[in-house]
Amino acid sequence: MIAIKNVSVIFNQGTVNENQALRDINLNIKEGDFITIIGSNGAGKSTLFNLIAGTITPAVGSIHASGRTITREPEYKRAQYIGRIFQNPLLGTASNMSLEDNMMITYRKGFKWLKRSLNSKMREYFRSELVQLKMGLEQRMKENLVMFSGGQRQALTLLMMVLSKPSLILLDEHTAALDPKNAEIVLELTDKFIREFKLTSMMITHNMSHAIEYGNRLLMMDQGEIIFDVSGDAKKELTVEKLIDKFHELRHRGFENDRALLSD
Amino acid sequence: MIESILVEGLIYGIMVLGVFITFRVLDFPDLTVDGSFPLGAALMVQGILLGMNGWLALLIAFIGGVLAGVVTALIHNHLKVPNLLAGILTMTMLYSINIRILGNRANVPVIDQKTLLSDVSSRLSGLIPDEYILLVFFVVVALGIKLLVDLFFHTDLGMTISAMGNNEQMVVSQGINPKTLKTIGLALSNGLVAVSGAFAAQYLGFADVGLGQGIIISGLASVMIGEFLVRKSNHIGVLTLCALAGSILFHAVMYVGRYYGYVIQMTPNDLNLIKGLLIIILLVLTQSRKLNMAAIKAMVQK
Repeated sequence: MIAIKNVSVIFNQGTVNENQALRDINLNIKEGDFITIIGSNGAGKSTLFNLIAGTITPAVGSIHASGRTITREPEYKRAQYIGRIFQNPLLGTASNMSLEDNMMITYRKGFKWLKRSLNSKMREYFRSELVQLKMGLEQRMKENLVMFSGGQRQALTLLMMVLSKPSLILLDEHTAALDPKNAEIVLELTDKFIREFKLTSMMITHNMSHAIEYGNRLLMMDQGEIIFDVSGDAKKELTVEKLIDKFHELRHRGFENDRALLSD
Repeated sequence: MIESILVEGLIYGIMVLGVFITFRVLDFPDLTVDGSFPLGAALMVQGILLGMNGWLALLIAFIGGVLAGVVTALIHNHLKVPNLLAGILTMTMLYSINIRILGNRANVPVIDQKTLLSDVSSRLSGLIPDEYILLVFFVVVALGIKLLVDLFFHTDLGMTISAMGNNEQMVVSQGINPKTLKTIGLALSNGLVAVSGAFAAQYLGFADVGLGQGIIISGLASVMIGEFLVRKSNHIGVLTLCALAGSILFHAVMYVGRYYGYVIQMTPNDLNLIKGLLIIILLVLTQSRKLNMAAIKAMVQK
């Protein structure tokens, strides 16, 4: 569905700070894929997401979506079919606006006109959807989001994104800034929505066991390259130890923080 | 005395609504206002002198303001100029344009001309006591514009613009170009400012290129006084009403300064200093109120 061909990204090209963030990446994202991505800091995971979302344009190579070339399409246009959730739970919602206003803004993608769509029918619909989160938010539709916790806001961002039916969703460590209990809740909701709505999705995580537990395909990144791409039955047989061994075998050095990851 | 404070407060209140939209809703400190206010005045006065229908001249003034806002937005969006500088650029260019519109003169009187206000006065005279005609007219006009602004921010487009002032990334993620929203917000804001300038010119009886000098400071002070009236609200209707009330209170303070300032050896030249000091005092008061609130919260939690 989305294909990345021979893409390289270089920051500060031609200066002493030159940094090749992605090296000759080739990736084919198939419809229905749920891809988890692991890799140490600076491996290029977020750069890969920025590339797909359109925040940055590659120095070399091209990106295609359903046969169309979208290499130079700006972020706001791609957002029509690509949903993204950031690590910072505040980025997905407007703090000083009420829950129902936030849901109305995100209900339909694209430019809005001089129309008042928020009526009792819409409110009823939003309420019925909010029940799925099991957080009691349906009772707090008129409250400002500033009053909500990070976990509640991230769950809400997730729900709002799912309701807009994107063809690809990018989850950029979306549970990393939450406390363990909320992280668990949001992750389970994510998995539930992805299965229910058959969403094509990519998820960056620092937690190897999550990367193994969720999804049907796993990418391991290091120094701007995808060094390991596994899916199907081969992925089901993975364990954290096997992954770390694989990294040793491929790169002949230790995984940057393998002890931290194993203790999880 | 009280009528003239109210009338002035309401006329300039329309400008304060514009300043409120850019500074508070869009989070875009727009200084174009210093140029678009006299632009509205100049267009209105020239319209009157050409014998145009008053409402048509007002519409042209509004469109002139809209265009001024669009120019600032274009400079900011496409040349990546910081928002403050973009506004200053437009404002500076407007100074020359305003003199051109006024026929290469810095001041054009309309005191003996038939204006919208004289028209309204003659129609309503007899129905309402003469000294209250303008007051009633401007209450209706300012509240009418306030309600239209409220209505706008309740539409899907208006809500999205508010969301952008809060969180630009969210708007981008919804597949909307934030540049378009900024342009719409700036256009609307400067259109209102120009309308305010058009009414001010008729009320004062002249248009002057210097009319806009320091207008942004008056607007900002009014917005801040208004915010001081309510503790916290995110209801747009309340906020716009506070902006109008803030404008009236601000003009009351200025009136006192202008007519009773001599008691403390003050001249009208000191008014700009007073405006600046007023803003500083308001900032200090707002800060200390926030600190007090935090202290009370901490006490309650204990």
